[in-house]
Amino acid sequence: MSPLVRLTGASASLGAQEVLSGVDLRIDRGEIVTIVGPNGSGKSTLMRVIIGAVPLRQGRLEHAPGLRIGYVPQKLHIDPTLPMTVRRFLSLPRRVSDAAAAEALTHAGGAGLAGRQMSDLSGGQFQRVLLARALLNRPDLLILDEATQGLDQPGSAAFYRLIEQLRTELGCGVLMVSHELHVVMAASDRVICLNHHVCCEGAPEHVASAPEYRALFGTGTQGALALYRHQHDHHHDEGCSHGDHDHAHDHDHDADAPKTHSHEAR
Amino acid sequence: MLDDFLVRAALAGLGVALAAGPLGCLVVWRRMAYFGDATAHAAMLGVALALAFDVSIFAGVLVVSMLMATLVSTLSGRGFAMDTLLGVLAHSAIAFGLVAVSFLSGVRIDLMAYLFGDILAVSKGDLAIIWGGAALVLALLAWRWQALLTATLNPDLAQASGLDPRREQLVLTVALALVVAVAIKVVGSLLIAALMIIPAATARPLARTPEGMALTAAGIGAVSALGGLQGSLWFDTPTGPSMVCIAALLFLVTLLLDGLRRDLAQRRAGRTSG
Repeated sequence: MSPLVRLTGASASLGAQEVLSGVDLRIDRGEIVTIVGPNGSGKSTLMRVIIGAVPLRQGRLEHAPGLRIGYVPQKLHIDPTLPMTVRRFLSLPRRVSDAAAAEALTHAGGAGLAGRQMSDLSGGQFQRVLLARALLNRPDLLILDEATQGLDQPGSAAFYRLIEQLRTELGCGVLMVSHELHVVMAASDRVICLNHHVCCEGAPEHVASAPEYRALFGTGTQGALALYRHQHDHHHDEGCSHGDHDHAHDHDHDADAPKTHSHEAR
Repeated sequence: MLDDFLVRAALAGLGVALAAGPLGCLVVWRRMAYFGDATAHAAMLGVALALAFDVSIFAGVLVVSMLMATLVSTLSGRGFAMDTLLGVLAHSAIAFGLVAVSFLSGVRIDLMAYLFGDILAVSKGDLAIIWGGAALVLALLAWRWQALLTATLNPDLAQASGLDPRREQLVLTVALALVVAVAIKVVGSLLIAALMIIPAATARPLARTPEGMALTAAGIGAVSALGGLQGSLWFDTPTGPSMVCIAALLFLVTLLLDGLRRDLAQRRAGRTSG
């Protein structure tokens, strides 16, 4: 099966700063891929590369022919001078029928919000409306950039369950970025650990125990994960085979990293 | 009927107001209020160049406004904050325009007419240009409305839907230059931006949807234009500024009414909960 999106040797800069270098990535229909990485590691830029908002300096971006993307941005600031009901927002950029709008809202867990002003919504409701709008495009690929920002722990867990359910119902691919590693990893088929380049990738258990991942994040509990900025060694061998990322914060109780998310997935 | 200068003035004012209202909403939503100013002030330079090269004022203003708007779009995001950039460009443009006009020896022009407009001197030909330009702007906005709105909300959202936010920015730039070029006769280059921004700001508390706000702004602009014309006859005041004054008064009234409405709603909520 041809992939929905394929990036080959992709490099991109913002201003003079190279944010991504030599990134290879492939997303297939029906899989949930999560990108994790510290702040400033290029996660959002990678999303923006994939939707075509940031041009590549090097490498190639291929979309499946006629690919429809449903995009849920990291944050959407609506200027207070712009009046916007939920119903009207759902009709952007393509007008949809009331029935379709109501169905998408129900699907995304935001039933009954249609008449509200966007500015009056709570954080969780706002995210659900953004998701509903993305669904109306009948996406082949759903892209979520830190979609659970501002949601509490149960709220974001519920949000990810919803994503999983949607993937099953719609058969679309899902690409997401998140900080909430344990929750996200439980819900992902594949995790890509990014720090300007792909540090390691694979099944969640595999990545969670990889030294590169541990070096970047350590492990944490209850979502109170500290994200460590650090000087990363950019000279990897293939895969995740070496462990030159020793850090003082890599404590003993982190040693059972793959298990930490098992008690989160309640 | 068109032989009456008052009828021509009223029609000219209406034409500009109807196009400036919806366009002004987009300008306000995108926080580009001073962008309108910069484009309008460049009109002065356009007037000077049109006189120097003996082409129509409309054409001169249109070209220079378009260049200015493009220049601002290109320069933004290159190390200067937008307000700084617009401050430099807007005032430079009007200064260069005034200096350029002074070089035109032998041509006696009424500077005041271009700075503040002279709606009572609108000819049938001007009227055709104003309504043609306004219709073109409205058609452009109607055609690109959904895309413009999506790009205004969030450029990435537009990009992910297969739209090009830079193209929509260009559409807006062209529309802005057109409105400036047709409005210079009516309100002059100093007050064009006022006819875009004030009706839009006035319409905000009255609207629930973007379309509602655009239509309301057009209506408020039309009322301001006609009211200003009438007021200028009664009180023997300059017409362009009188139109802007009416718009400003309407802004004040809706602001007060909206404040009152919120206050009442809050008290009512307080009564039911307490």
